[in-house]
Amino acid sequence: MLVVQNLTKTFGGVHAVTDVSFAVTAGEMLALIGPNGAGKSTCFNMLGGQIRPDGGRILLAGTDISKATPRTICRLGVGRTFQITATFASMTARENVQTALTAHHRQTARVWQEADTLHVAEADALLAQVSLSAEAGRPAGILAYGDLKRLELAMALACNPKLLLMDEPTAGMAPAERAGLMALTAGLAQARGMAVLFTEHDMDVVFGTASRILVMDHGALIAQGDAAMIRADPRVRAVYLGTGFSSGGH
Amino acid sequence: MTALLIQLLTGLAGASTLFLVAAGLTVIFGVTRVVNFSHGSLFMLGAYIGWTILSRLPRDPGSFALGVLLTGLATSAIGSAVEMVLLRRIYKAPELLQLLATFGVVLILQDATQAIWGPADLTLPRGPWLRSAVMILGERFPLYDLILIATGPLILGTIWLLFARTRWGTLVRAATLDREMVSALGVDQRRLFTSVFALGAGLAGIGGALVLPQGSANLQMDLSVITDAFVVVVVGGLGSLTGAYLAAVLIGVLQALGIVLLPKATLVVVFVVMACVLIVRPHGLLGRPLTATRTDAAAIAPIRPATPALLWAAAALLVLAIAAPLIVGPFVLSVLTDITIAILFAASLHVLMGPGGMASFGHAAWFGLGAYGTALAVKSLAAPMPLALLLAPIAAGGVALVFGALVVRLSGVYLAMLTLAFAQIVWAVAFQWSDVTGGDNGILGVWPPAWAGPASFYWISLVLCVGGAILLRRALYAPFGFALRASRDSALRAEAIGLNPNALRLAAFTLAGSAAGLAGGLAAYAKGSVFPTTISVGHSVDALVMVLLGGVQTMAGPIIGAIAYTGLFDALLLATGFWRAALGACILAIVLLFPQGIAGGFNRPGVAGSVKRTI
Ligand SMILES: Nc1ncnc2c1ncn2[C@@H]1O[C@H](COP(=O)(O)OP(=O)(O)OP(=O)(O)O)[C@@H](O)[C@H]1O
Ligand SMILES: [Mg+2]
Repeated sequence: MLVVQNLTKTFGGVHAVTDVSFAVTAGEMLALIGPNGAGKSTCFNMLGGQIRPDGGRILLAGTDISKATPRTICRLGVGRTFQITATFASMTARENVQTALTAHHRQTARVWQEADTLHVAEADALLAQVSLSAEAGRPAGILAYGDLKRLELAMALACNPKLLLMDEPTAGMAPAERAGLMALTAGLAQARGMAVLFTEHDMDVVFGTASRILVMDHGALIAQGDAAMIRADPRVRAVYLGTGFSSGGH
Repeated sequence: MTALLIQLLTGLAGASTLFLVAAGLTVIFGVTRVVNFSHGSLFMLGAYIGWTILSRLPRDPGSFALGVLLTGLATSAIGSAVEMVLLRRIYKAPELLQLLATFGVVLILQDATQAIWGPADLTLPRGPWLRSAVMILGERFPLYDLILIATGPLILGTIWLLFARTRWGTLVRAATLDREMVSALGVDQRRLFTSVFALGAGLAGIGGALVLPQGSANLQMDLSVITDAFVVVVVGGLGSLTGAYLAAVLIGVLQALGIVLLPKATLVVVFVVMACVLIVRPHGLLGRPLTATRTDAAAIAPIRPATPALLWAAAALLVLAIAAPLIVGPFVLSVLTDITIAILFAASLHVLMGPGGMASFGHAAWFGLGAYGTALAVKSLAAPMPLALLLAPIAAGGVALVFGALVVRLSGVYLAMLTLAFAQIVWAVAFQWSDVTGGDNGILGVWPPAWAGPASFYWISLVLCVGGAILLRRALYAPFGFALRASRDSALRAEAIGLNPNALRLAAFTLAGSAAGLAGGLAAYAKGSVFPTTISVGHSVDALVMVLLGGVQTMAGPIIGAIAYTGLFDALLLATGFWRAALGACILAIVLLFPQGIAGGFNRPGVAGSVKRTI
C-alpha cells in the first residue's frame, strides 16, 4: 500500500536520509530501527508530510504524496504519532480526541454547535481502546508522559487510518508498559486491518511485535527482513554490538 | 533626474537616523528577546536632552559632536536604569506582557518629558556650518545631510568591529544565536543584558540628537520612530545588524522617493515592500528562524465553560444593563454605551490573543476602519444607520482578510510588530488623506437618526455588542474554536489530524476584524464623530489592557476587563492630568504582580500550578 523509492534528504551538509527504498504491505507491523541520528524521524517526517524530501518518491496506494501537506496525507488515511508528543495542552484528553474526530468529519467550520457534545461516544470508545478512560476528563497538559503517548495514539486512530506511523511510541515508558502498549497496538492493527510502521529502541519490543524489520544507519537502509534475518545480519551486528566503533567505521 | 538623485541622498540621510534606532532595537532583541517598545522614547529623550545640552554649547562642529555624544551617554544611563529596575524582572514573562510593560514605560516617559520640557516643539538655533551646503549636479545639498549619510555606515562599522574584536562582542553574537548556550557558559547574563541595553539606548539617544538640526524635539516622535524602526527591524531580520542597515536604507529611500513620485501613497508603498520581503523571506532579509526559547502552549491552562453561578451573575448584570436607561442619567448612559462598545472591542481582540494565539498590537486598525467606514457611508453616501453600521464590519473584515493572509503565517513578535505597523499606516492614511477623511479634523456630524435617541441607541449598542460578544464566545466553544485553539496549542498535531492552522487563523483574524469594525461603527455614532486617534497605538493598547486585565485564558475575561478598564480610564481622566503616566504605572503594576498573566495569577492552583510537561 505504501511504496518508498530512493527517498533522500540533506540538512545543510548532513545526509540525514540517503536513497532509502522500502514498501509497507497492508496490515503488517513493520519496525524501523537504527541508532540515534540514523535518520528514522526524518523518514517519518517525509512520510507524514512534515518535511519535503529532496529526492525520491512516496507512493500511497499509487498516488505520489512526496509533495503533499500533512493534512492531505492525513485525509488519505495516514495517522501518526511524534517522537516528542504533540497534543493540545489546553484541552482535556477527551476534547483532544473529539477535536481529531471533528477534523476527520470535516466539521470544523461550525461556529454554533457546542464542540463538547460532538462525537462523545466515539471519543470515549477510542480512549477506552488505548486504556485511557480514567484520564478522559483531565487536561492533556498535566497527563503523565506515557498517557500522552496513548492519547496521541487515540488521536491518530480518530482519522481511521490505513497506515499508522509511530515514532518511538514507547520512549520514556517503563519496560512492562512498553510491551503492553505495543501488544495493544498490534491488536488494534489486526482488528482494523491497519498497517503500522514504528521506530523503537527496545530490541525486545521490536523482536516481539514486528513482523518485519528495516534497519537504518547513517541515513541509509542497511538491512531488511524478519527477526531471524536481522539478528544474523553482520552489518546490523556491527552497528548494534560494536556501537563504539561503528560510528567511526562509516 | 537631478531632483530624484537629491531626494535619494535625502533618503539616505534619513536612513542613518532610522538605522541608529533600529540597530539598538535589533541588538537588544537579539540578546534579550525583548521587543523594547520604549526604544522610541529613548530616541525622543535623546532629542530633548540633546536640545538642552546643545542650546547651551557654542555653535561650532566640535561642540556639536561633543553634545551629541554626551546625549548618547545620558540616554544610555536612562536605558540601563530602565533595564535594571524593570525589564530585568520580566525576562521570563510571556512576550506579550514584556511588550506591554515596555509600552507602560512609553506612557510614563511621555508624561515625564512633557512635564520637564513642556508641550511645545523645541527647535535648535543652527550655527553657520549647519546651514552650509555643497553643490551636487548644480543643486544645493545640505552639508549636514552628507554627514548624516556617512554616519550610518560609520556606526555600523564601529559596532561590527566591537562585535568582531572584543570578548563582549563575541558574547553578544553567541547570545543572539543561542541564548541557552551563553547561560551554559557561565557568563553573567545580567551584566551582558544591561550592557546591551546601554549600547542600544545610547544609539537611540544619539539618533534623537542628530535629527535636531533639521527637525525638532516633539512629543510625537517616540511612537512615529518606533513604528518605522519596527518595520526596519522586521524587514532586516530580527537580531541582524547588517539587515537593519539594509532595511533602513530601503525604507528611508522609499519614503524619500515616494514623497516625490507618489505623494499620496508613500505609506502604502512602504507597506507593500515590507509585505513582499516577508512573503519571499519570512524572517526578513538577513534574519534566521528564531530559536524557540519557551513553550507557551505548555503554560496555558485549559478553558472551562462558565459555572452556573457565573452564568446567573451574568444574567443579573444583563437585566440591569437592559433596565439602565430607565434608572441612570445621560452622562452615565453615555459611559454605559462606551462600555458596551469596549466589550465587543475587547472580546474581538481576545479571540486573536487567547484561542488564536496571535498577539495583535494594532487592533485599533479594525475599530478605526469600521468607524471611518460608517462615517464615510453617512457623509458621502447619506446611508441610513442600519446600512452604515453594516458597512463597518464589512470594511474592517475585508481589509483584515487581505492583511491577515499576509500575517497569519507569522508568529509571536513578528505578528505583534506587523499588526502595530499596519495600524500606524492606517492611522497615517486617516491623518494625511484629508480630502476624504478630514485629516486631523476628523469627520463630524455622524449622529443617529431622530428615532434613535440616547436610550434607544444604547439598547441598539447593547444588543449588537453584547450579542456580538456572546456569538464570538459561542464560536470559541464550537468546533471552530476548538480547532483554532488546537492550532495554537500544537500546529504540528493540528496539521497531522487534517486541520489547516493558517486558514483557521485567517478566519479568526477576519472574524475579529469585523467584530472590532462593528464596535468602531457604533463608536462613530455614539460620539457623533471620528478622529484619527481612534486608530492610535494608544487605542490598540487600550484593547490589550482590557484583555489582559480580565485574563487571556478566560472567556469572561475581556468583558470584565472592558468594564473595569473603561471605569478606571474615566476615573483617571477625571482625577489627574498625568493620566498617561498613571495608566503606564497601572500596566507596570499588572505585569510585575502577575508576570505570568492575570489568568495565571487567579487560576485555581490545581489547574494552573500543575500544567507542566516533561518534554
Ligand atoms: N531539522 C534538522 N536540521 C538539521 N539537521 C537535522 C534536522 N533534523 C535532523 N537532522 C539531522 O539528521 C540526522 C538524522 O536525524 P533523525 O532525527 O532523523 O534521526 P533518528 O534516527 O530519528 O534519531 P533518534 O533515534 O535520536 O530519534 C541527524 O544527524 C540529525 O542531527
Ligand atoms: Mg527520531
